[in-house]
Amino acid sequence: MVNMFLGTSLGALFISVFYPIVKYLSPPKLAEPTAFSVTIPWKVTEVKANSGRIFRFGSRPGLLVKTPAGELKAFSAICTHLDCTVQYREDRQIIWCACHNGVYDLNGKNISGPPPRPLDPLQVKVRGDQIVVMKG
Amino acid sequence: MASESNVRLVRQLSFGLFLLAALCLLRVPTAAAMHACIDCHKGLEEERLSRPAKKIADDYHLVRGLKCQDCHGGDHTAFDDKKASHSLAKGFLGKPKRQDIPAFCGKCHSDPRYMRKFNPKIRTDQVKEYYTSVHGKKLREGDQKVAVCISCHDVHAIRAIKDEAAWTYPIKVSETCSRCHADAKYMKDRKIPTDQLKNYKKSIHYEVLTKKGDISAPTCPSCHGNHGATPPGVDSVANVCSNCHAATAELFAKSVHEEAFSDLGQPACVTCHGNHDVLKPSDELLAGGKDTPCNTCHEEDSSELKKGNEIRTHLQNLAQGIDRAEAILTRAEHAGMEVGPPRFELIEAKDALIKARAETHTVKVKRIKTLTDPAVVIAQKTVKKGEELMVQLQFRRKGLAASLLVIAAALVGLFFKIREIDRRGGSG
Amino acid sequence: MRVNRIMGWIEERIDLSGARHLLQEKVVPVHRHTVWYYFGGMTLFLFVIQVVTGILLTLYYRPSAEEAYESVQFIMIEVQFGWLIRSIHSWSANLMVATMMIHLFSVYLTQAYRKPRELTWVTGMLLFGIVLTFGFSGYLLPWNVLSYFATKVGTNVAGVVPIVGRVLLRLLRGGDDVTGATLSRFYGLHIAILPLLTTLILGLHLFLVQKQGMSVPPDMERVSDGRPLRTMPFVPNFLLRDLFGWFVALGVLAALAAIYPWELGQKADPFAPAPAGIRPEWYFIFMFQTLKYIPAKVGPFDGEVLAVLGFGLGGLFLLLVPFLDKRAARGEPSPLFRWIGVGIILYIAVFTALGYLAPGGK
Repeated sequence: MVNMFLGTSLGALFISVFYPIVKYLSPPKLAEPTAFSVTIPWKVTEVKANSGRIFRFGSRPGLLVKTPAGELKAFSAICTHLDCTVQYREDRQIIWCACHNGVYDLNGKNISGPPPRPLDPLQVKVRGDQIVVMKG
Repeated sequence: MASESNVRLVRQLSFGLFLLAALCLLRVPTAAAMHACIDCHKGLEEERLSRPAKKIADDYHLVRGLKCQDCHGGDHTAFDDKKASHSLAKGFLGKPKRQDIPAFCGKCHSDPRYMRKFNPKIRTDQVKEYYTSVHGKKLREGDQKVAVCISCHDVHAIRAIKDEAAWTYPIKVSETCSRCHADAKYMKDRKIPTDQLKNYKKSIHYEVLTKKGDISAPTCPSCHGNHGATPPGVDSVANVCSNCHAATAELFAKSVHEEAFSDLGQPACVTCHGNHDVLKPSDELLAGGKDTPCNTCHEEDSSELKKGNEIRTHLQNLAQGIDRAEAILTRAEHAGMEVGPPRFELIEAKDALIKARAETHTVKVKRIKTLTDPAVVIAQKTVKKGEELMVQLQFRRKGLAASLLVIAAALVGLFFKIREIDRRGGSG
Repeated sequence: MRVNRIMGWIEERIDLSGARHLLQEKVVPVHRHTVWYYFGGMTLFLFVIQVVTGILLTLYYRPSAEEAYESVQFIMIEVQFGWLIRSIHSWSANLMVATMMIHLFSVYLTQAYRKPRELTWVTGMLLFGIVLTFGFSGYLLPWNVLSYFATKVGTNVAGVVPIVGRVLLRLLRGGDDVTGATLSRFYGLHIAILPLLTTLILGLHLFLVQKQGMSVPPDMERVSDGRPLRTMPFVPNFLLRDLFGWFVALGVLAALAAIYPWELGQKADPFAPAPAGIRPEWYFIFMFQTLKYIPAKVGPFDGEVLAVLGFGLGGLFLLLVPFLDKRAARGEPSPLFRWIGVGIILYIAVFTALGYLAPGGK
C-alpha cells in the first residue's frame, strides 16, 4: 500500500519536473530577443531624405533620421531635458522637442533651448535593403 | 669621543637650522600685502572703509588681474601715505555717486576694445540697455532708490556669471530682485505690487529651478530681461512665454481666442495661467467648475463652456486610462513579472496625452478627440497586457501550489516507506 | 523481474560485484551528530540542479555584452517556464553555497578531516573554492548593473594581492577593465573550465567517501568505548532519508522561484556611476565588510593588502588543518582547533550581519 502511494506520488513528481523542461525546450513564439539590434520595420528605399520616424529600440523610443544629404542616422528619441519624445522637423531640418522648444542639430547636439546634453547616438547599419540599429 | 668630521657636520647643521628659523620669523611681505590700498583699508576701524578690502578676495576682477586702482584710480604704491595714494593727479576717483555708477562700471564694460583683452565674446551694451529699463529711466529722473549695477551684482565681491554663489546665478537671482521688489516698505511710493516672489515661489518654474536644479527654467530675468528690465506689455507677454512654449503658442495663435483676447486687451497665456504663479496646469482648468479661467468671459451654461467640458472629459478619460495601465504594470512588476515591452507601448499613449493637452489651446474638440481616442485604445490594450501578466502570475502560483502538493505527497509516501524499512531492520 | 534481467545481462559483461557489495554492505553510523551527514548529499543534489538548469539556460543565453542582458530578459519573458529555470538556477546557487558551508563547518567541528581522511578534506576545500568561483563568475553573466559593479569591485580586490595582483586582475578581466572580454572568459570559466575541474575533484571526493565510509566524531567513538556503534544501511534507509531532504529542497526552490523570482534589474552601463549600496552576494559580504572597516593604513602596511592576505591565510589554514591538528591525527579531541573553528564561524556570521545591518557602510 505504501509502495503504491509512494510510486504514484513519485510518478507525479517526475511528471511535474519534466513537463516544464519539455515546454522550455520547445522554441518560443518569438524566435530571438530583439532588443539589442533592432531591424527597422521599413526598407531602406522607403525612407525619404529629410525625414525622421520613431521606432522601438528595446523598451525606449528611437528616432531614425535621413538627412537632406541622404545620410541615415539614429538617436535615442528621449529629450535630455525632461524626457519628452523628440521629433524631426522637415521644415527646419533639425530635431525638435515640442515640450519646451529644445532644438538638436542633425548630429544630435543640443543647440538651443533647455536640453542640457546631446541625444544619445545609435549605430545604423544597412544590410541589403534592411536597416539595423544598434547601441552606439 | 666626537671626530673632526662629526663636529664639522654638527656645526653645519645647526647653522642651517638657525637660518631656517630666522627666515621663518622674519616677516617676508607677500604679494597681497604689497598693495597700499588694501593694506591700509584692511586695518581701518570704520567698517564701511575696511569692508571693501576684506570683500575683494572674492571678486572676479581680482582673479583677472585687476585691483582697486583699475576702477578707483589713485596710487597703489604709496604706502602709508593717504594724500599720495588718494592723489587726484594719479586719477583718484573715490566713491562714485549712485547716479554715476552705471557710467563708472561702463568705463570698461562698455568699451569693446578694452573688454576684448579679457573676453572677446563678452557683450558691451549693458549700460545702453540699462538706460532703456525702468530702473535706468528713473535713475536719470533722479530716483536714487532704483537698482544700479551694484544692486544686483554686489560691489567689491563681484562674482563671475557662472559662479553658483553669484547674486545673478539663475537659482539665486529671484532673491536678488526681491530684495527691493518684495520689500513693501521700500516700494511704498510705487504703484507696483510686492507679492511677485511669493507668487513665483508657488510656480512650477520655481519648483523645477530650485528642486531639480534645472537652470533653463524661467526666473525673473528670463521674462523681464536683466539690464533692460521692463515688465512685458499686454500685447507682448505671449511672445515671452512662446520662447519655450513655442508649440503651444502656435496652437493658440490659430484659435479663436487669439483675436478675441487681443480685441479685449487681454494678455494671452497670463489670463488663464497667471504670470508669476504659473502652476502646473491641470485638466481642471477646463470649464466645469465655477472658478475656472473660462468663467472670466463665458457664461456658465454657454455652449463654449460645454465644449470645454467635453475636452476635459476626453483628457481625463485618457489620463485615467494611462493611470490604470501604470498601476497594473507596477503591480505585475512588483510581483516579479517583466513589464518592459508593455511599458514601451504605453509611452505612445503618454505622448498623445501631452499633445492633446497642448491642443486644448486650439479649443477644437474634434482635433483633441482624434488624438485621445487611439491613445485610449493603447492604454486599454496595456491594461489587458497587465491583466494577462497577473493571470500568468496566478498560473505560476497555482502551479506552485500543485507541485508543492505533489512533493508533499511524495514526502508523506517516503516517510511511511522509511518507517516501514526501519521496522523491517534490513535491506528492502 | 525486468530489472534483474537487465542486471544479469550487464553482469555477464562487466564485473559489478564491487559496486554491488558496496551498496549492500555500506552502513552509516547512527548517533547524535548523524543529521550533519545529510548536508554533503544535499550540496550534491543542489549541484545536480545547477547542472541541469544551467545546461537548459545555455540553450537560450548569449554571452556577449550586447546580447547577454536581452537574452536573459528573453528567457524570463518569452521562453516557456524560462522564468522558472532561471530563478531556480539563481536561488539554488545561493542555497548550495549555504549547505556547503554547513557541510564544511560540521565536518570541521566533528574533526572528520583527521587521519585517514585528510585527502577528502583537501578535495573538499578545493571544491569550496571552485563553488565560490562558480558563484562569482555566474553572477556577471546577466550583465546587469549590480553584477557589472560587483565584478568590478571583486576583481579590484584580486588586483590588491602583492606581486601577482596586477597579472591576476588582467587575467580575470581579459584586459584592464571589465568589458565584453571579461564576460566571455567568465562564461568559458563557468560552463567549461570549472565543470571539468569539478568532475575530477568531486569524483575523487565521492570516491574517497565511499571507500572510507563515514567518519564518527571522536567523542562518539569514545562513548561507545569499543562497542560497535548503531548503524543503518546506506541503501535504502539512509538514501530514502536523503531523498526526503532533497524533495524538501525542491519544494523550497519551487516556492522561492514562484514567489520571489530573481530580479533582472537594469542593463549594465559602464559609463554610468556606480549606484549607491552596491554589494556582492551574501557569501562574500563578510570579506566585503572587513575591507570596509580596515583602515587605509595599518602601521607601514596597506590595509587592503593586509586584509586580502589575511583571508588568504585563513583559507590556507583551513586547507591544511588536517596536517596542523596533531591531536586530531592521534584520534583525540582537539579543543583548540574546535574553538578556532567556532571563532571563524562567529567572525563570518557577525560580519555578514554587519554588512546588512550596519548604517550606510562607511
